[in-house]
Amino acid sequence: MLDFTSIVMTVAPELWLALAGLAGVLLGAVFGERFNSLSFKFGALTLFGAAALAAMHLGGGEAFGGLVRTNAFVNFAKVISFVLAGIALFMSEGFLKRHETIRYEYALLTIFASLGMGIILSAADLMTLYMGIETLSLSSYVLAAFHRDSARSSEAGLKYFVLGALASGMLLYGASLVYGFSGTTSFAGIAASGMSTGTMFGMVLMIVGLAFKISAAPMHVWTPDVYEGAPTSVVAFFASAPKMASTVVFANVLFTVFGAAMDQWQLIVAIIAGLSMIIGSLGALVQTNIKRLLGYSSIANVGYALVAVAAGQEAGAAALLTFSTIYAVTSLGLFAGVLAMRRRGGMVEGISELGGLARTKPVLAITMSVLIFSIAGLPPFGGFFGKFEVLSAGLDAGLMPLAILVVIASVISLGYYLRLIKIMWFDEPTERFENVDVSVMGTVVLSAIVAGLVFMVFISELGTGGWASFAASGLMR
Amino acid sequence: MGGFPILTVMTFLPLVGALLVMLVRSATASGGRGNGGPEAGKTVLLAGVIISAATFVASVAAFTSFDRGQAGYQLVEQYAWYGPISFKLGVDGLSLSLVLLTTFLTPICLLASWNSIEKRVTEYVVCFLVLETFMIGVFVSLDLVLFYIFFEAGLIPMFLIVGIWGGKDRVYAAFKFFLYTLIGSLLMLVAMVYMIIAAGSADIEVLEKFAFAPGIQTWLWLAFAASFAVKLPMWPVHTWLPDAHVQAPTAGSVILAGVLLKMGGYGFLRFSLPMFPDASQLFQPAMFALAVIAIVYTSLVAWRQTDMKKLIAYSSVAHMGFVTLGIFSFNETGVQGAVFQMLSHGIISGALFLIVGVVYDRMHTREIASYGGLVNRMPIYASFFMLFTMANVGLPGTSGFVGEILTMVGGFQAATWAAAGAALGVIFSAVYMLTLYRRTVFGEITNPALLGIKDMNLIEWVCLAPLAALTLLFGVAPNLIFNLTDSSTNRILSFMAGGQ
Repeated sequence: MLDFTSIVMTVAPELWLALAGLAGVLLGAVFGERFNSLSFKFGALTLFGAAALAAMHLGGGEAFGGLVRTNAFVNFAKVISFVLAGIALFMSEGFLKRHETIRYEYALLTIFASLGMGIILSAADLMTLYMGIETLSLSSYVLAAFHRDSARSSEAGLKYFVLGALASGMLLYGASLVYGFSGTTSFAGIAASGMSTGTMFGMVLMIVGLAFKISAAPMHVWTPDVYEGAPTSVVAFFASAPKMASTVVFANVLFTVFGAAMDQWQLIVAIIAGLSMIIGSLGALVQTNIKRLLGYSSIANVGYALVAVAAGQEAGAAALLTFSTIYAVTSLGLFAGVLAMRRRGGMVEGISELGGLARTKPVLAITMSVLIFSIAGLPPFGGFFGKFEVLSAGLDAGLMPLAILVVIASVISLGYYLRLIKIMWFDEPTERFENVDVSVMGTVVLSAIVAGLVFMVFISELGTGGWASFAASGLMR
Repeated sequence: MGGFPILTVMTFLPLVGALLVMLVRSATASGGRGNGGPEAGKTVLLAGVIISAATFVASVAAFTSFDRGQAGYQLVEQYAWYGPISFKLGVDGLSLSLVLLTTFLTPICLLASWNSIEKRVTEYVVCFLVLETFMIGVFVSLDLVLFYIFFEAGLIPMFLIVGIWGGKDRVYAAFKFFLYTLIGSLLMLVAMVYMIIAAGSADIEVLEKFAFAPGIQTWLWLAFAASFAVKLPMWPVHTWLPDAHVQAPTAGSVILAGVLLKMGGYGFLRFSLPMFPDASQLFQPAMFALAVIAIVYTSLVAWRQTDMKKLIAYSSVAHMGFVTLGIFSFNETGVQGAVFQMLSHGIISGALFLIVGVVYDRMHTREIASYGGLVNRMPIYASFFMLFTMANVGLPGTSGFVGEILTMVGGFQAATWAAAGAALGVIFSAVYMLTLYRRTVFGEITNPALLGIKDMNLIEWVCLAPLAALTLLFGVAPNLIFNLTDSSTNRILSFMAGGQ
């Protein structure tokens, strides 16, 4: 029934990424350093191509005897993640060049990490899922340590690796329990076999492992350290594409594998969501390093996204996609803004360095402000609609306490977002930042326009009732 | 429906103007840095005044096509937008009168900044114009979420206005203003989302007719009140206001007192009363108590102030207490009085902040003790000051009197004790306002720096004269306002009657 073409179409983005990645390795081996600069354009184009392939076959299909199964829900996430990964890669070139760490391996690792994202999103089997997670994680560990001469970067990579390995272990242990008690590794088979106590144990361990990957509290401790230590261009990538992909996978696993056991995992997810919101926003309040601050802010935002997951598939799937998309775009823009914080040949990361940015670099200040207000969820910017959808989903599912927590966390988080605004607009100017590459500034401006304006104007096409709902309906099949 | 979308044009005209100003400025001033000299700043301010004056013309055009005899919403424009949410604009007498107040005050504010704002003029004008769009949007929205978007988005420009062009403690004041308001409005957002899910629509006209169960009403009412009470502001959540007022630049204080506070009263009238009539009834005694405490307590606090702006800020809280009293009397007299009081206070307190601004621009201090004997050097200023002092006290013949007497009569019909308490406030308002006037204007000049002070210049004349004219006009002919608002206040009260 499943002919060859449909199988190829289903796995086309991953196939394309794997082949292009291998081709990149060959090109690198042949041309050596001459391939360094070109590899970034090559990688970005590859990723955009993968996004196009995923978009062309949005409806999804099945392949490899049920090991891989896609639908609109995951393909939507794929398109967004690949595009963001491509942009993140494209703007990294100048940054790495300045740091004299430009090597083609960077681009290839991004491609392989994206391959991992594609695989976890397509996974319909525990084996596929685990394979994808490891592909993504191992590439990420190396990327985090990419500035190998810097102690901070190496520390970040090592920390990420050790804790990540622990989380993978838990995930694997959970998966083996689920397999042991249900007798199958296929998502559909597990869903059909019902919940035994053993399966439930396995499910909880899997949730813990996956929560680590999306940096939800209390499995969040690695996030600020890795965000601070890893090269900024890498963090820009981490905070956008893999974040989007992993969050959607987290939801996908709960919805499709354990959908029938929602009343058992709902409370767990709700607690994780609540903790993430509170810990993330309180933690960010005291930070002085902008990368750490954004790291904590990402923990809080994962909490909001998990409110949509806790609301369940019917109420939450579309809201989750809308929220994560807006968040990922905003986050990429903000880290691009951090990439622009360059002065006298070095990067600066203290938030006080942004002082008086409105007067020294007005365009950067305005676009960063839009992004900050958007991520804070203030109307009329896109982030508001994301938060609005999350709140709607939560209330629709009767999660009033979580909705109140969203309010509390939002107010706390305004404390540090407003501090950034204050520093940029009210304080006396510090020394002007150097001019950065067009690609970096372009990313900041573009994401500010998308997060600030496009989502506001086209929210009905993009959010619930529009694409996001269409994508979420893919879960029904 | 159909026809020329006058409300959309009126709402977004300032925003478009702001974008134009920004684009033109960044094109002319190389790289957008610096101010390009004082002349460039004046041009930008002039552009701002012209754009906001055009908006005023647009709002008058809306007023002329508005049928005063008809209750309900008019000039309605509706476009499908997003799920149950639609882009729906429309006005009744209540909202139209507040729109007119907004569009009237904004050009005056920009004009009043002519000499006092010297740094970052472009940003200043842009902030004000953007703020104007959001303020108008609040009053013309007929959709919950649209209302919320405008309501909360207005925080951003106001935050910047206080924070960039404010006084010494501007950062503290800006943060306090923002966070106080935000807590309240986020609770309101949760309630709104709940309502949209329950009623399946975000349309205000639909929700007015939707009967929420009394138990639910109580919670929804509390969530909305959390937002409006902070905005109005009511005791004990008023403490952001003196800080924000004192630190804000003169024009910022005028807009804050003139328009932003009115959003609280507007919210109670537009949402709390029609949509949650049972809960409003339930909380009536509590609201009366808070109103009386606000009137008496903040009047006494105002009396002890040494800072002119702070005194007027506290007097604003007291006067907003009358608005609360009037709204929650649930009778025609009281509610109409509350609406009148909002409009009249918008004019009078705006004028008083401008009055303080006049001497502040010259002396750069707001301490009452550094003034005294101003009448010897500034006779015209003293006359204007006298007029607005009397209006704030509520002297018959000024608009301040009409609002106060009607809210008290309305309150008296609902609860005698509340009106009796509020009457104390009238006496106290005379005490603190006359004290302020005596200590700044009368007496001998003791501060030598005052000897060379100049009387009002042309721009200050242009700003204050229309406000003075309106104060007197509405004082002797209050029907000018009632003709516009009474059909809509009666309509709001009809929902109350239906709910009982």
